[in-house]
Amino acid sequence: MLDLTYESPAPRVIAGATGDWELVIGLEVHAQVATAAKLFSGASTKFGAEPNSNVAFVDAGMPGMLPVINEGCIAQAVRTGLGLKAEINLRSAFDRKNYFYPDLPQGYQISQLYHPIVGEGEVIVDMAPGVARLVRIERIHLEQDAGKSIHDMDPAMSFVDLNRTGVALMEIVSRPDIRGPEEAAAYVLKLRQILRYLGTCDGNMQNGNLRADVNVSVCRPGDYEKYQETQDFSHLGTRCEIKNMNSMRFIQLAIDHEARRQIAILEDGGSVVQETRLYDPDKNETRSMRSKEEAHDYRYFPCPDLLPLEIDQAWVDDIAARLPELPDEKKARFVKDFGLSEYDASVLTAEAENAVYFEEVAQGRDGKLAANWVINELFGRLKKDDCAITESPVSPAQLGGIVGLISSGDISGKIAKDLFEIVYTEGGDPVEIVEKRGMKQVTDTGAIEAAVDEVIAANPAQVEKAKANPKLAGWFVGQVMKATGGKANPAAVNQIVAAKLGL
Amino acid sequence: MTDLTKLTISAARDALRKGETTAAELTEACLTAIEGAGALNAFVHHTPEIARAQAAAADTRIKAGDAPDMCGIPLGIKDLFCTKGVPSQAASRILEGFKPEYESTVTTRLFEAGSVMLGKLNMDEFAMGSSNETSTYGDAVNPWKIDAPLTPGGSSGGSAAAVAADLCLAATGTDTGGSIRQPAAFTGITGLKPTYGRVSRWGIVAFASSLDQAGPMTKDVRDAAIMLGAMAGHDPLDSTSADIPVPDFEAMLTGDIRGKKIGIPREYRMDGMPDEIESLWTQGQEMLRDAGAEMVDISLPHTKYALPAYYVIAPAEASSNLARYDGVRFGHRAKLAAGDGITEMYEKTRAEGFGAEVQRRVMVGTYVLSAGFYDAYYNRARKVRALIKRDFDEVFAKGVDAILTPATPSAAFALGQKFDDPVQMYLNDVFTVTVNLAGLPGIAVPTGVDKQGLPLGLQLIGRPWEEGDLLNTAYSLERAAQFVAKPGKWW
Repeated sequence: MLDLTYESPAPRVIAGATGDWELVIGLEVHAQVATAAKLFSGASTKFGAEPNSNVAFVDAGMPGMLPVINEGCIAQAVRTGLGLKAEINLRSAFDRKNYFYPDLPQGYQISQLYHPIVGEGEVIVDMAPGVARLVRIERIHLEQDAGKSIHDMDPAMSFVDLNRTGVALMEIVSRPDIRGPEEAAAYVLKLRQILRYLGTCDGNMQNGNLRADVNVSVCRPGDYEKYQETQDFSHLGTRCEIKNMNSMRFIQLAIDHEARRQIAILEDGGSVVQETRLYDPDKNETRSMRSKEEAHDYRYFPCPDLLPLEIDQAWVDDIAARLPELPDEKKARFVKDFGLSEYDASVLTAEAENAVYFEEVAQGRDGKLAANWVINELFGRLKKDDCAITESPVSPAQLGGIVGLISSGDISGKIAKDLFEIVYTEGGDPVEIVEKRGMKQVTDTGAIEAAVDEVIAANPAQVEKAKANPKLAGWFVGQVMKATGGKANPAAVNQIVAAKLGL
Repeated sequence: MTDLTKLTISAARDALRKGETTAAELTEACLTAIEGAGALNAFVHHTPEIARAQAAAADTRIKAGDAPDMCGIPLGIKDLFCTKGVPSQAASRILEGFKPEYESTVTTRLFEAGSVMLGKLNMDEFAMGSSNETSTYGDAVNPWKIDAPLTPGGSSGGSAAAVAADLCLAATGTDTGGSIRQPAAFTGITGLKPTYGRVSRWGIVAFASSLDQAGPMTKDVRDAAIMLGAMAGHDPLDSTSADIPVPDFEAMLTGDIRGKKIGIPREYRMDGMPDEIESLWTQGQEMLRDAGAEMVDISLPHTKYALPAYYVIAPAEASSNLARYDGVRFGHRAKLAAGDGITEMYEKTRAEGFGAEVQRRVMVGTYVLSAGFYDAYYNRARKVRALIKRDFDEVFAKGVDAILTPATPSAAFALGQKFDDPVQMYLNDVFTVTVNLAGLPGIAVPTGVDKQGLPLGLQLIGRPWEEGDLLNTAYSLERAAQFVAKPGKWW
């Protein structure tokens, strides 16, 4: 099924005063589970509701209220695990992570520290055609999101919105297999792509539905290979965790800055302190979030309100049987079945909707031609109008019709562009439009021959010149095209002109 | 009828069905009794309007002829239960003014069965205590009296006092380490802690979630059977509630215990146990033997570790469960000084809102869960808990049907006597905590009186989910013991 061979990319190297340094990066991605209701309550997860309107009693931490697991969230976590080729733990358990904050009404977050629902998996992160990084997933666990504290609405008061409180998150924890800022961003992008394919997270980073904590450390060339051989972390440098990143660009900037900060400390003879840091995009720097004295002791312990979660293998198998085709497989299939380049296949599979659209266009037609039209004409035109593919004025059937007309030689590429614009702005069936507006390419050699004869007869002087200089044959072609209103098949015209002029 | 308040649930049910009295009459009699019993400080919130409306509705149902057993029965509700629109404070200042927008599953079921709520009952703050002295409402007082006022026990002290003093026909209680059984024993009533998961915890203010279980506090064993039937059953809102059928417990009260094996655990014979307790226990064994049961010496070897394990696990869970009382959304919030931030708000609110015992347990619980101490305390306590449960499993696997132990190490003690010595206070739970740690059903049955005439109780511990069988053994013990003593009315 999956047949992609690739090479690993080179790690990012930063030259320091005392020699080269390499980066080692691991990510904890928090993905909001796409479900209608929260992890432990029936309250809605809809974004943008009136503050504190999507709040059940249990979300607000009211006395005596108890959490009840939402089966839909469990199914989504399992689906995600299967999509990342990970091990599904049939028995998992929930723990309480205790800390005080006004947007955490219970005084604890229910999470899965000791027994996560999903174990080890992997993600292939494409960096260039034939070059990809295999990033191992350590685990995925389910946990509750916190609410939102708003400190800038009033000089003396803080406000709390509990709409997000208790919404299910999947925390997807990678191994430290990422070796540069671009890889980190590409990893998040790939993860986002897979989650969107699976329908388990909408991936909306602006709304905070996908955000990442980034662990960064630096080491000397060769150290990472020792770690890989032994899985002994002591070969790697001390890491810092940059919290809550929700932009690909900032992830890269923050990693780069943090690596340089650590290198500067190490080259000055200092040592890196393991801590949590925040990235400030305005100053492009990371800052320590809290000192060691203020470090939280979360006092994790098994949540006594919830029994261990046990799921059936049959239930997991049923979810597995209904998994959609995932990006890697789809891409490989597009390359194989439609003869696309890896690049074109990547572009077309980046979003599931694009791939669906393309396949409908390409079905039973010239795949490469279909890909060109989708990528160049359609995407270009949609981008110009800032229009999503799901709202495209040209349906896959319509674009397929245009591609079909080109393949059959009924219209030229040039006419096809005019036709596309007509369909885009006015709608209609391309075949009918071509018929009605007489846009069909003339391939009837008899008609073309007559037109050529006419032009030759009318321009004896040009005929002489062309015989002396064959390059001038093009002038005749142009005249014939003009005479036929652009509908003559240019290849046929070329051929006939040359023959008639005896070139 | 005279002395309506003295009726048992079963007697009242029969009288109601025969038309000898009405729910309205019963309710008025109880409301009058409550009015006159301020000195007991058992009822801390009175709900006469609700009671009268419920009684009227109950009378209509009874007349229609299809009323459930609990229909028209006036009850007291422990303040730990959230009751919609009625103060539900867990006897804590931190929940001052809190009126829930929801009704606990247990009270919902009782009300659906037609029961009448007279008001909310005193208790130890957040159910933490064995004497009802940690309440923000002040001490509840035992209707049994010698010279000094006595504790009714705790934490369900108000429930026990109210039932023993005939202020209501029965009351709800909750039991985390003995909070139903110890006060029942101290006041000469019957108290049943069901199997963990038998009764929904939804809407009951949490103390220690893996141990908390609600149960009936009644005038006799039959009433416990009837009331448990109305309280129990699967609740999809409580993930720890068991989806197993609720039998007709009352129908199982045959009194026939011939051939039953009753385990007598040697580890419950504690050093320094009063002779009176020892002889009560022996008498209990004789009564059951006379009824045809076989006494079997058994060993529950990890018993001595139960109390320490309990006082690690319960505070650990409590420290987390009580984190929500932060002054942000409901209940008490401290007045803040200029410049105070969120940390000051938490600190001042919780310092003002929680009493000393609650603060002690929150601190103990926080400590035992802390990095560096977790394995030494919390994890070790969990292992002990598993061993205690295994002790019971092994005994039951050998064919033991129930286990007989004393309910408490002494009769009711004077208010104030142990208040300043938490360890002495915690020792009250020595016979009861094992049952919570193992999730088993346990029942305290009044069996005798001490030299001073104060009630003493024995505890029967049953197999999980076999409350019916346990109640039948308790019923047999009750019939043999013929405990009829009542406190003289002094209040």
